[in-house]
Amino acid sequence: MSDSKMISVTVNGETTTAAVPVRQNLVDFLRNTMGLTGSHVGCEHGVCGACTLEVDGAMVRGCLMLAVQADGTQVTTIEGYGDRAAALRDAFTARNALQCGYCTPGMLASAVEYIEGGGAADRAAIREHLSGNYCRCTGYQSIVDAVCDVIDGASA
Amino acid sequence: MSGPLTIFDKPNSYIGKPVDRPDAKRLLQGRGKFVDDIQLPRMVHGAFVRSPVAHGRILSIDLEEARGVPGVIAVYTGADLAEHVTPYVGVLSHLAGLRSAPQMPLAVDVVRWTGEPVVMIVATSRAVAEDAAALVYVDIEELPVATDMERALEPDAPVIHPDFGSNLAWERTVEVGDPDAAFARDDVTVVERTFRFGRHTGVTLEARASVVEYDPSEDQLTCHYSGQAPHMMQYIFAKHLGLAEENVRVISNDVGGSFGIKIHTYGDEIATAAAAKLLGRPVKFVADRLESFLTDIHARDHVVHGRIAVTQEGKIEALAFDDITGIGPYSMYPRTSAIEANQVLNLTGAPYALENYRANAKVVFQNKNLMCQYRAVGHPIAMAVADGLLEDAAAEIGMDVVEIRRRNLVKDDAYPCVSATGMKLDDLSHHKTLDLLIETMDYDAKRAEHAALREQGIHRGLGLVSMIEVTNPSPMFYGIGGAPIASQDGATIRLDAGGAIHVSSSVTEQGQGTNTILAQVAAGVFGVDMDRVKVTTGDTKTTPYGGGTWASRGAGIGGEATLQAAFALKEQVLDVAAVILQAKVEGLDIIAGHVCDTDGTQRMSLSDLARTVYYRGNELPSDMSPELVATRHYRVSDFPFVFTNAAMAAEVEVDPETGFVKVLNVWAVEDCGRVINPKLVDEQIRGGVVQGIGGAFYEECIYSEDGQLENATMADYLVPMAFEMPDITVAHVETPTKTSVLGAKGAGEAGTGGAPAALMNAVNDALRPLGASIHQMPMTPERILRALGTV
Ligand code: FES
Ligand code: FES
Repeated sequence: MSDSKMISVTVNGETTTAAVPVRQNLVDFLRNTMGLTGSHVGCEHGVCGACTLEVDGAMVRGCLMLAVQADGTQVTTIEGYGDRAAALRDAFTARNALQCGYCTPGMLASAVEYIEGGGAADRAAIREHLSGNYCRCTGYQSIVDAVCDVIDGASA
Repeated sequence: MSGPLTIFDKPNSYIGKPVDRPDAKRLLQGRGKFVDDIQLPRMVHGAFVRSPVAHGRILSIDLEEARGVPGVIAVYTGADLAEHVTPYVGVLSHLAGLRSAPQMPLAVDVVRWTGEPVVMIVATSRAVAEDAAALVYVDIEELPVATDMERALEPDAPVIHPDFGSNLAWERTVEVGDPDAAFARDDVTVVERTFRFGRHTGVTLEARASVVEYDPSEDQLTCHYSGQAPHMMQYIFAKHLGLAEENVRVISNDVGGSFGIKIHTYGDEIATAAAAKLLGRPVKFVADRLESFLTDIHARDHVVHGRIAVTQEGKIEALAFDDITGIGPYSMYPRTSAIEANQVLNLTGAPYALENYRANAKVVFQNKNLMCQYRAVGHPIAMAVADGLLEDAAAEIGMDVVEIRRRNLVKDDAYPCVSATGMKLDDLSHHKTLDLLIETMDYDAKRAEHAALREQGIHRGLGLVSMIEVTNPSPMFYGIGGAPIASQDGATIRLDAGGAIHVSSSVTEQGQGTNTILAQVAAGVFGVDMDRVKVTTGDTKTTPYGGGTWASRGAGIGGEATLQAAFALKEQVLDVAAVILQAKVEGLDIIAGHVCDTDGTQRMSLSDLARTVYYRGNELPSDMSPELVATRHYRVSDFPFVFTNAAMAAEVEVDPETGFVKVLNVWAVEDCGRVINPKLVDEQIRGGVVQGIGGAFYEECIYSEDGQLENATMADYLVPMAFEMPDITVAHVETPTKTSVLGAKGAGEAGTGGAPAALMNAVNDALRPLGASIHQMPMTPERILRALGTV
């Protein structure tokens, strides 16, 4: 039931080789094996967005990808975003765009994707882009504000 | 303003400032510490076999195959755990007549709802535990179910606890004045409606989670717990697992959402603690999303038949209703599932001057998951019934909904007063909040705009609500009923040698910003910069004893305890400073980490002072033994609750073709007393409003007639997402409560409690010209179309 396979994956710039159960999903591997607990699990069926992270430059749901599928890829988790998310982190703090912080890593990842993709400071467009990420605490408004702040700041 | 500066306007005060949350940094770097992040040596994992049916007798359980799975450490049935855990019963003595049956962590003999835990598997990984759980065979003889709460009271309904003779758990009637005579008068218009409120649930993004470790050498149980009331859980674990209370430690670090879901006693969590004790090693249980939907408490589930009588001048002459609420097969332990109905009786119509009032509530057992306290307990029902009837009555007599409120709301200068149901009310501002709301939303312009749009076939509506909100509960809430739930909270503040202060408080942080506001209060009152304050909450071993966070009590009660402790510490420090500086205490103050003359001239730094006390006691007179630490506790004593009030409005657009409703605007004017941090309060209200929008339009736990939960995944159970949510305008009236120096009331429930009423009123305002109305939540497109008669 728990066949394993060796994978080699570069997470936040560091290459790791590990034996993973073939049925294990990527986010469980990152959290439990790598100790990178920043990516969260909210539903494990691809709906809530808490596990959103980057694989080879594309956003993925860490719960919908198997760890074995990440073999040979570059993975970036919240812990590895560094300066790419610095302005967003400041804006999230200033706007109180987080409460419990559980959705926040996935929310930041989606917001980084929007901004790096050249998204405009258009509230409806931002809301649409973030619609794959649940937040049960905030009313989303402060998150939209924070993303706008960063875009406006960047274009100013 | 004249007179000396107070703590609220001193230059070093942080109270009222929109300061950033110091703990945001950690969370934004992915460095939060949630329960599932914890890995302990030799830790094992729990999974549960749950009842697939809503009601049935367990004939046999075959564990053979499950036990044989490599990696399985232990398998427990209900009977196994019954030897180690004492049963619990969710009743409170002051809710006279409330009854519930003893509950065990795992079902013994009979299962009573789909999802009830039956067998626990403990294994080296969650995956292995689940593999084994799939191999357990439970033979269940199905019994007839009672799921519909109205039918559950009929004489021929299956009785869930045969000893009780019926499915009625509790009933209460309140009657004031002579409502029958008022309804019978010929100068009143009577409006009668039936309201239905579906079941919904919290969907905390972090599911319920615990990691429990047990050290047999010291008989010490430590539970890392995603919860809101650590001291309550300490008592519960001790009592039901047979441990000394002092040997139980509950730690609630980062909590990923709670909303009242995480203040209850769940069988799977007690089983996890029991397993840890039996095995002598750490056991982790994290509910998966299916388990959350099946077993996290559900909320609401009411049917209310309500009536209102108003005169042609818009005066409310009588309000009456009958409420039936379904609570599942047990009253939840230890807070009870009757509290919500009780709140509905207490709160309905409470903003209005009512002379004739009658309310009856029946709390009913049924074969569904347990229903209990969730954010804004009872409020959405109370507000939707009273303000729904009021707005419908206004339409009947042709009066504007603002005008009818102005004629009935208790006057702002009429306090203190007592509501129709006997609630003591003080420091409320219904008229001021309503006036500010009207101004903020530009009411008249909106009305004119809607009328014009209606000509073009665009159906917009406005709805309002005037509400009161229960906050800062006193011991009259749970203490009086015998529950192990503290209504007081404590704060300890100490000055460290480095000149920083450390606050340790029994209220807890779940993201609302408790730790920040405690730091603001402590820093400002004591006299250091915010960044010199460290706050600890959520650990029964290191914090003073207290109730934790529920019923919007963190700022009002925890904040006041912190304020008093900060005053006390300041006094101690100034006593020492006066001796060292050969000065008079009255001439000294602490500003920005320094003892100063009252004119601001710095005399010595706090670290100098603390170092003198801690390291160089020889420099102090021998009869002086300073304590640079102070603890104070605080509870509300003269009122059962400190009520707050709010006025809210919603603007919606209804599409009669599809039944879809777009929420265009929500305006909320709240009076939560002293606002300690506007940024945090505004977001509390917005978050609350969005949960209210969820209850009004999207969220519903849908059961089949035989008690199967049919939408127990996030894909099927809809919650508000960023795209559908409007921007929400928040404004404040500040009427500090006189019950405390700080003057803070709570702000956590308002949005969730009030928004649904405003939204339903707005939808009905839009539907009225179409000859339709709806009094059921969630207001799904299908239900709107039904109301319109198009399906
Ligand atoms: S955990 Fe992956 S989307 Fe919810
Ligand atoms: S901040 Fe709690 S879920 Fe978003």
